[in-house]
Amino acid sequence: MRRWLVAASITMVSVLGLTACGGGGGEQTAQSPSADSGGKQQVEVFSWWTGPGEADGLAAMRKIFEDKNPTYTFFDAAVAGGSGDKAKALLQSKLQAGTPPDTFQGHAGAELQGYIKAGNLEDLTSLYDELKLKEVFPAQLVEQISVEGKIYSVPVNIHRSNVLWFNPAVLKEAGVAGAPKTIEEFVAALEKVKAKGKVPLSIGSEWTVTHLLESVLLGSLGTDAYNALFKPGADWNSPQVTTALQNFAKIMEYAGDPQDDWQPAAKQVADGEAAFNIMGDWAYGYFHNPPEGGLGKKSKTDFDWAPAPGTEGTYLWLSDSFTLPKGAKNRDGALAWLKVAASKEGQDAFNPKKGSIPARKDADQSLYTDYLADALKDWSSNKLAGSIQHGVAVNQPWLAAINEQVGLFLGTKDVKALQQGLADAATANAQ
Amino acid sequence: MRRARTWLPGLLLVTPSIILIGVFVYGMLGWNFRLAMTDKHDEVSEGEFVGLQNFIDIWDQARWHLSVRHAIVFTVVFVLGALVLGWLLAFLMEKGIRGEGTFRAIYLFPMAISFVATGIVWRWLMNSGTDERAVGLNRLFDAIGLPQWQWFRDPDWGMAAMALPAIWQMSGYVMALFLAGFRGVPEELREAARVDGCNEWGVYRHVVLPLLRPVTLSALIILGHISLKVFDLIVAVSGKQIITDVPAVFMWVAVFDSHDPAKGATIASYIVLSVAIFVIPYLIWSVRKERRQ
Repeated sequence: MRRWLVAASITMVSVLGLTACGGGGGEQTAQSPSADSGGKQQVEVFSWWTGPGEADGLAAMRKIFEDKNPTYTFFDAAVAGGSGDKAKALLQSKLQAGTPPDTFQGHAGAELQGYIKAGNLEDLTSLYDELKLKEVFPAQLVEQISVEGKIYSVPVNIHRSNVLWFNPAVLKEAGVAGAPKTIEEFVAALEKVKAKGKVPLSIGSEWTVTHLLESVLLGSLGTDAYNALFKPGADWNSPQVTTALQNFAKIMEYAGDPQDDWQPAAKQVADGEAAFNIMGDWAYGYFHNPPEGGLGKKSKTDFDWAPAPGTEGTYLWLSDSFTLPKGAKNRDGALAWLKVAASKEGQDAFNPKKGSIPARKDADQSLYTDYLADALKDWSSNKLAGSIQHGVAVNQPWLAAINEQVGLFLGTKDVKALQQGLADAATANAQ
Repeated sequence: MRRARTWLPGLLLVTPSIILIGVFVYGMLGWNFRLAMTDKHDEVSEGEFVGLQNFIDIWDQARWHLSVRHAIVFTVVFVLGALVLGWLLAFLMEKGIRGEGTFRAIYLFPMAISFVATGIVWRWLMNSGTDERAVGLNRLFDAIGLPQWQWFRDPDWGMAAMALPAIWQMSGYVMALFLAGFRGVPEELREAARVDGCNEWGVYRHVVLPLLRPVTLSALIILGHISLKVFDLIVAVSGKQIITDVPAVFMWVAVFDSHDPAKGATIASYIVLSVAIFVIPYLIWSVRKERRQ
């Protein structure tokens, strides 16, 4: 009889334990974002800005938000990890569970298509009308982030992808007069550097090679043909694309040993081990900022920049933006955040710290110096093309397929297979 | 009533875990297999039943071949390496080394570390920079005049290098298993063999090793299933790069980057099946053995 009792009570305890776990978990999720002690409502802002510079920019924007909206408190739901890999995986589970953050960061453009198709995002066209945003953002930008005439995100900043970073001293030593302007000049310069025994072109992990590919595609094809690649029915099998990919293969012959990520690759240029590196303009902050956050190098002497070969006059852009998920617990709070993110004040507070330029045309020019002044000037005058690796031109499945093909190419060096793979990826994913 | 009294308490005790395992292991497995047999290639679509189509289609993809090959190379090197090294360590310990307890602890410690931490350290150790750019092992090799390697970035043998951290981490555990096995061999048996004129090598060859077979098999199963599922170590060392792609990483990319649940489920099914090839014969074998006893 006693054994009986013991067994029954253990069973009861474990069943109770189970339900308690379930209950506890539920409560926690319900509690975390919205309720707050002082009667204030929380606004859960989901981003991947945790690094030096970007976290400071977010904090600056947060301060403006909290000053303007005393009834809301800012809940920072940032997830660490470059270009949002881990953040996006977590976001995916949150969206599927129907517990979205109040607003989340995403690259403006095609990257958001999946969320839009799944019905996760609210149309923000009315917000654009209310704040007259279509007048302050460049028309081409508005066009490139519109999906069937609707806009689903508010771009906070603009980064440039097609930047050629180089070490002037290494170039001088190799007898290269200046930054190469065309692909042919680039290959010639790489050859000269190679003869001197330095690394001609530094690269990082595989995504940095896709990043390089987009600049080479743009430089070989020209802006219009490049942009046409992402329209429905585009021809990735054309001889022009073949030439571009052959250029890419040629350039890759000069690439050094792959580094762990983009920072060590950029550092090779800064340290004078390598001559060139093609990376987005977030590298500027890394080169320029004082140690801890950066390398503390002097611009124009320790490192210099130019548009990637063949891409002068085109701004291969990408942009971080904020969205309004359907079913956000604090929709009004999220809208208040979006208004700050869209405002001149918000963007001018965020961008100088983040090392990017504002998406708005009416920014305070004096805040942006050195590289950023160049970028701001080009942004207002250049043609625009959307980045592949950073979510503007292609949606997430398409990008995954392109990265896969580039990764396979690194093993096989087979241009034909690469082109076929890219063409298949386009057919499977273009819309 | 009397009968119920004998079996009911036992049943009540295990009921919670039967329910939990039923739902969270077998239920989920079943769900995964069902998903793998649909054409739910994005999160939105309903997914129609397509049978084994996904399981066949995946063999058309160059990346799948690559990741399977990587998994095989990794498994062979890791399992053999850990078995041999673990056995060797146990053998030395068994010979009555001084301070055995200390050594045992030292060799067992790596197992307490997570694969992620191991991976981050070994990413630095196995950095592929050479000569003046060398760090980690290449720096050491350079200093003592050994050839420097590309390590996990080597196109052909990268996955063999990737197995090194795993061997480092798990061979202590294998050592512990073997040591227990060695200790389980009765001294009388060895003495009997020696009396019969067996030399020391012969004692091991004909007496100890055959008695270690069950331990070896357990170690093989444990290492094999870890190896086929390996994910955290690869991601910590190299991220999700094709050059070190394995099925588990491919699965992650399929679900979270390609947004293709059916493909992810297909890869997951293949991983489960490949582990099952290891585990099921072992289960059958051990059930039979128990019956015999």
